[in-house]
Amino acid sequence: MTRDIAEDVPNLAESKLTALVVDDNFVNQSIHHKLLDRLGIQNDVVCNGKEAVDVHCSGRNYDFILMDMDMPVMNGIQATKTLREMGIECKIAGVTTRADEGEKKEFMEAGLNDFQEKPLTISKLLSILHKLNFYVQT
Amino acid sequence: MNTVVAQLQRQFQDYIVSLYQQGFLDNQFTELRNLQDEGTPDFVSEVVSLFFDDCAKLINNMSRSLEQPENVDFKQVDSGVHQLKGSSSSVGARRVKNVCISFKECCDVHNREGCLRCLQQVDYEYKMLKTKLEDLFKLEQRILQAGGTIPQVDIK
Repeated sequence: MTRDIAEDVPNLAESKLTALVVDDNFVNQSIHHKLLDRLGIQNDVVCNGKEAVDVHCSGRNYDFILMDMDMPVMNGIQATKTLREMGIECKIAGVTTRADEGEKKEFMEAGLNDFQEKPLTISKLLSILHKLNFYVQT
Repeated sequence: MNTVVAQLQRQFQDYIVSLYQQGFLDNQFTELRNLQDEGTPDFVSEVVSLFFDDCAKLINNMSRSLEQPENVDFKQVDSGVHQLKGSSSSVGARRVKNVCISFKECCDVHNREGCLRCLQQVDYEYKMLKTKLEDLFKLEQRILQAGGTIPQVDIK
């Protein structure tokens, strides 16, 4: 029905990675969820930084988090700071359409391990995973 | 039957290429198509549907914010433009995204007239794209119903 690109995209299901998508936009939630699914990474989705904090307070943990910057209730910068203050040490990759250097610096200094500009693609996601030492690019 | 399928496939290819050439779509739409698989055969149409719902809601909100000339909440408008730019960029809606860039510039200098023009333009562009993609998805359905497969189109 559609082109099968399984041969082009690595399947990381064996590594049993888990991820949390934090984004208030339904379009981005769907796409990021699907991108991770395609790579075989089990993932949950929440709508803002507070929900990301709450899910960790409930005892859930993830190997990495894809954190949007601009969100209502609690934005990505504040959520990242809060998670780090809570002692959450998992990798956090910031993703945003904002390319302003000052904003990027502020986001990184909140405690990110990596940063990517949206829109996310398979190759950008693989780049994140490589940077976070979850995937070796060949 | 094969001739019908081949004709429909050709029609599909020509149509989708034209959408890229006319600037309606960019590579991000290709990324979405590549994510669609047998397990999620409606992924693209579902995501673009979410996008169009987003457009309608955000345009409505921004319109209200821009209504009163003496009392424009440019922060609210900027937030809406940012969201719209983000989601249009994520689905490959190139023209919509480009209008958002101009829209943001008008917002930054508190140009209400400019914002209103951009609002009108973005409304036009998303509705135009919606019609085009509805036609594209109908073509896909016709191909599938005729027993064919959706061609993978190489967009250069």
